[in-house]
Amino acid sequence: MTVPALLLRAGRLALTVGVAIVTTAAIAHAQLAPPPGPTAENIKKRGALACGVDTGVPGFAAQDNTGKWKGLDIDYCRAIAAAVLGDPDKVRYTPTTAAARFTVLQAGEIDVLIRDSTLTFTRSNQLGLDEVAVNFYAGQGFLVRKSIGVQKAAELQGATICMITGATLELNIADFARSTGAKIGSLLFEKPEEAIAAMEAGRCDGYSDDSGSLAGMRSTLKNPSEWIIMPELISKEPLGIHARSGDPRWQKILFWLDTALKTAEEFGITQANADELRKTSKNPFILRLLGAEGDTGKQLGLDSDWAFRAIKATGNYGEIYDRHFGPNALNLPRGLNNLYNNGGMHYTLPFR
Amino acid sequence: MTTKQKALAWQALAVIAAGAVVLWFAHNVVDNLAQRSITFGFGFLFTRAGFDIPFHLVAWDESFTYGHALYVAGVNTLFAAALIIILASALGLALALMRLSGNPLAVGTARVLIEVIRNTPQLTQIVFFYLAVLQVLPPMRQSIHVGASIFLNVRGLYVPAPSGTGWDWIVAGTIVIVMIAAVSWRRLGVQVPRLIVLPPVLLLGLVLAGFTAQWDPPALKGFNFVGGVRLPPELVALTLGITVYTSAFIAEIVRAAIMGVHRGQAEAARSLGLSAAQTMFVVILPQALRILIPPLTSQYLNIIKSTTLGAAIAYPEILQVYARTVLNQSGRAIEVMTLVLGVFLAINLLASAAMNAWNRHLTLQGR
Repeated sequence: MTVPALLLRAGRLALTVGVAIVTTAAIAHAQLAPPPGPTAENIKKRGALACGVDTGVPGFAAQDNTGKWKGLDIDYCRAIAAAVLGDPDKVRYTPTTAAARFTVLQAGEIDVLIRDSTLTFTRSNQLGLDEVAVNFYAGQGFLVRKSIGVQKAAELQGATICMITGATLELNIADFARSTGAKIGSLLFEKPEEAIAAMEAGRCDGYSDDSGSLAGMRSTLKNPSEWIIMPELISKEPLGIHARSGDPRWQKILFWLDTALKTAEEFGITQANADELRKTSKNPFILRLLGAEGDTGKQLGLDSDWAFRAIKATGNYGEIYDRHFGPNALNLPRGLNNLYNNGGMHYTLPFR
Repeated sequence: MTTKQKALAWQALAVIAAGAVVLWFAHNVVDNLAQRSITFGFGFLFTRAGFDIPFHLVAWDESFTYGHALYVAGVNTLFAAALIIILASALGLALALMRLSGNPLAVGTARVLIEVIRNTPQLTQIVFFYLAVLQVLPPMRQSIHVGASIFLNVRGLYVPAPSGTGWDWIVAGTIVIVMIAAVSWRRLGVQVPRLIVLPPVLLLGLVLAGFTAQWDPPALKGFNFVGGVRLPPELVALTLGITVYTSAFIAEIVRAAIMGVHRGQAEAARSLGLSAAQTMFVVILPQALRILIPPLTSQYLNIIKSTTLGAAIAYPEILQVYARTVLNQSGRAIEVMTLVLGVFLAINLLASAAMNAWNRHLTLQGR
């Protein structure tokens, strides 16, 4: 074998080994940090999160007099934008009616639907959507005039209730009537404003919606103190985040972001003390969540500060709730929306 | 290639292109549905609906199927449409005659009304009428009542409901007799106009039937009146809203048609000694009808479609019951919207065909 031939062979070998090393490294790298999925890629390319929200229900999503969106669902959009894009203001809000919301999501006009929407079997199996997380445990309740003196839903036998169409409200009422024998009439409107106006005019005996929305609607009445929200709920309405099927990586980001906000409350991380805790905490869960340790961000296809930025933008779940439903806002007791260790339903999966 | 062949070739090409576009859309839909794992089918029509329809003219309760809900909502839509078509035609004619009357007060009033009505949005008018109707009516416990069995309040107008075989047969019989008489009036050779004879006959039949019927009066029980027949404020507001709106357009159509009849006709009628009313109703209007019907047909079709605005004020018509409640409960958006569009297309094609037949009937032969 001549020297040039030998060199050539050695060169080939080196090349092969080199390629192999690079490939292995690339695969290893890919396994460590898989891409965040097409939806997140699109959001980054666009530079904005397209978030589907309600058209206007105080507490969940409503515009104030300067046109700024406010509400629990809005804060979720902001937290997601902060985690994915690094800026909570990079959100494009799409107000959706009850009737059009899922179609808008299916058609790809929005990346995620956070619109006080109940997660149900039909929506999961017939609409090609996936329920990612519950951000508010509600139930269908009734807003009625104090003076009619009704204590229980069953006493509404023969009453007429105004509500909006395009949700599951009328079905719940019919189901309730069927199981208890109390027949309650329903009158269905396109928009809450007309339903409320008709109710105030005496056309209906009350208004029905999810408990969170009822608190919001009561705040818009002429004389809120004349009306009460009955304590009894006739249905389970786990409201939450819907995503299109087909991008599990994006769904993981949404799911764990919701978990991060609730975990932050569990460990006492707030908007105010997040910076401090990141430096001084000894708790490995806090350090992992805030990105000081571990690689939670990388595994989601994001950077390590994802959850830290989200918490800095909106505060933890408890802070978000209090901002919109707390004593200084709509004054709706937390009830089921407490963390599990406070008697509520929000039980978070551990960050490890 | 002759010109005719060329034209044919172009037409064939256009048909093929249109077909291709339709196929492409269909393919797209099927593809996208499969991709999003959404199924397609009309099986849901046979499942239990489970919701209440607060106003229904035919039997309904929660145990009926989705398919039956389409029938119930369809009857509600047709009922509102028929009511509005009759009232809007009458009001439109009245407004047109006012504008043509030459009396400055009548002309001015009609003109202002028409301009205000047709230059504001229809939905806004309907919501306005609804809230206005609700504000005007008294609360339920302070109902306006006539005797002990007719009540008017914010929940609607309640009147006793008649029933019984005697009632059913006399009412049906009277209606059939009056309709046959109306159609074959000329052949019967009666000299008096049918509009003077037939309404009293109808009324007499109803009064007679009323004596034989059992009456179920409404009564306040708990939260609402039970028993009786109820005219809901939603139907009143929807009827008022669309009637007023459409009558402004009909008035202008009628005015144009009347002015389209040659002036010589009116002059000839007057010189024969006919009165102003006779001139209008016997000479001018029958001729104006020929000009009137095609644009009037468009207005009637618009009325039928506009009944969907009832969804905004809780009138349970097809759009509200189907495109909202059923769509949401069943999750079958494409099927439901196809059905809704199909039903409206069918109703409107039928209405259009009827109007065209009337138009052909009135066309002057040999002109």
